[in-house]
Amino acid sequence: MSSEAATAARPATASVRAGGTLSLLGSELLTLFRRRRTWAMIGALALIPVLIGIALRVAGPAPSGRGPAFLGQITENGLFVGMTALVVAIPLFLPLTIGVVAGDTIAGEASHGTLRYLLIAPAGRIRLLLVKYTAAAVFCAAATLTVVIAGTIVGWVLFPIGPVTLLSGVTVSVGEALLRFLAIAAYVTVSLLGLSAIGLFLSTLTTVPVGAMAATAILAVVSQIVDALPQLEALHPWLFTHYWLGFGDLLREPPVWDSFVDNAVLQAGYVVVFGALAIGRFLTKDVLS
Amino acid sequence: MPDLAIETHGLTKRFRSQTAVDGLDLAVPRGAVFGFLGPNGSGKTTTIRMLLGLVAASAGDARVLGADMPRHVDAVLPRVGALVEGPAFSPYLSGEANLRRFDAADRHAPRGTRSARVAEALDRVGLSHAARKKVHAYSLGMKQRLGLANALLMRRELLVLDEPTNGLDPQGTREVRALIRSFADDGTTVFVSSHLLAEVEQVCSHVGVMSVGRLVAQGTLDEFRDAGEARVLVRTPDPGPGRAVLARLGLQLDGAGQGGADAAGEALVAARLGAAAVAPEAIVSALVDAGVRVRGFDVERASLEQRFVELTGEGFDIVQ
Repeated sequence: MSSEAATAARPATASVRAGGTLSLLGSELLTLFRRRRTWAMIGALALIPVLIGIALRVAGPAPSGRGPAFLGQITENGLFVGMTALVVAIPLFLPLTIGVVAGDTIAGEASHGTLRYLLIAPAGRIRLLLVKYTAAAVFCAAATLTVVIAGTIVGWVLFPIGPVTLLSGVTVSVGEALLRFLAIAAYVTVSLLGLSAIGLFLSTLTTVPVGAMAATAILAVVSQIVDALPQLEALHPWLFTHYWLGFGDLLREPPVWDSFVDNAVLQAGYVVVFGALAIGRFLTKDVLS
Repeated sequence: MPDLAIETHGLTKRFRSQTAVDGLDLAVPRGAVFGFLGPNGSGKTTTIRMLLGLVAASAGDARVLGADMPRHVDAVLPRVGALVEGPAFSPYLSGEANLRRFDAADRHAPRGTRSARVAEALDRVGLSHAARKKVHAYSLGMKQRLGLANALLMRRELLVLDEPTNGLDPQGTREVRALIRSFADDGTTVFVSSHLLAEVEQVCSHVGVMSVGRLVAQGTLDEFRDAGEARVLVRTPDPGPGRAVLARLGLQLDGAGQGGADAAGEALVAARLGAAAVAPEAIVSALVDAGVRVRGFDVERASLEQRFVELTGEGFDIVQ
């Protein structure tokens, strides 16, 4: 045993630890975004605004009052393509892609057998969960931004662009509107953090990633169905999907942040509960794959 | 008491009703090349998983490099390189990217030297030319080499190698043997599980044998072989009288004394020396005195394979 290796085996300072974890996170993000599957999902999300834009460009404006929110405004102002696409993507497409990424976190490594090699590296079980969750959260942001950015570009190319009339009737400049859209992207990203935590937990339960992915996506749908049943109203404020479409307040003048905060608190609750469940499960799990 | 790299006491793992590992007392001295033998399903891999903190023991304790496992996993594992139950990699990444990933997972592995260490490990297992190929295009032998490279990313005090030559061509097998010897020369302890007895016989200084979840023998290779019974082989055209002489000397005749024949059709009489401490030359002179024409005489020390079969049974069926 050389003395150099002996020194390397003993972390000198806390900064070595933090640097090591950042290094692992970097490696994890590189792995996630080097996968063809990740880019296929990003591409599919970018297709939503493209489809909406082309359909409206070819077929003309929809009769008012029909179709998803903001659809009617697109032909007058292309900036609304991104918002329309987001409203379309939130109930199913976005949760599906999050389900794939979050459900794959641990189960995917287990199915490849790489989980045992990460653990004996040693990655540390809690550290690995934190890094995996952070990477999933980064994917939430990437997925949401993809829809908004692709939508804005499509709108810019296909339709006239101009100052945006907000829900409260005030008109704001294009620059201000884009800032609002960024805030909405942040809102939707936060919305997906609870689901990611659920996916992470489900992923620690199995070595079959498809199972964890499907279960995560199904839970998102079930939660929205429950949220639509008035008989179960008492449950509604506790559902992680409850505030998913509640970002309209950010399109008021001045913006109302109440729903943003309510949503963030609710999502934080889910992250804490399912994060704790994931840690509890993963710390005691026998890794046999 | 010698310094032990691996030490377990009563190490036990139960999966529901089945006991995979039962009261294991392993003692692997530092600097040894320890061959961990046993038929399929005898509990070797479960033991290795417990030693590496992947699986929690149901009872008993394990110490690796002087520290309790799994409590000190974070301090111990950076000093251990391992290949567990075959190599495993992300198929959509290149061999090099896979190694960089595992290296990044070890927070004690310095980032600055990562590229150099990865390149050196790949070179050591002869994979430099395939470093940028995606792993799904690798053959089994190439994956096995990459798995070994992963174990060699840092200088290790202990290498745990589960079936390291699995899937390797003869050249690869020779290289692995040479690698293991070079580690042993550096003072690294090597714990190698295998069912390829010839392999183990060539490189190991110590052996331990598992059977149905229990450690049925362990010690140095020489002690282990000596514990086996030597056999006497007599080639003679007079098998009947020959057998009578051997029996009179207290040797236990093989195959109910039927003996056999060699390739040239000459009769062979085989017997175990057993408890009869008769010198080989005394046996020959007794045979000659009795008028038995001795055309060949041999004393075979038990091979590792014979000892292995004695300890773990003949049956081909998986026991559990």
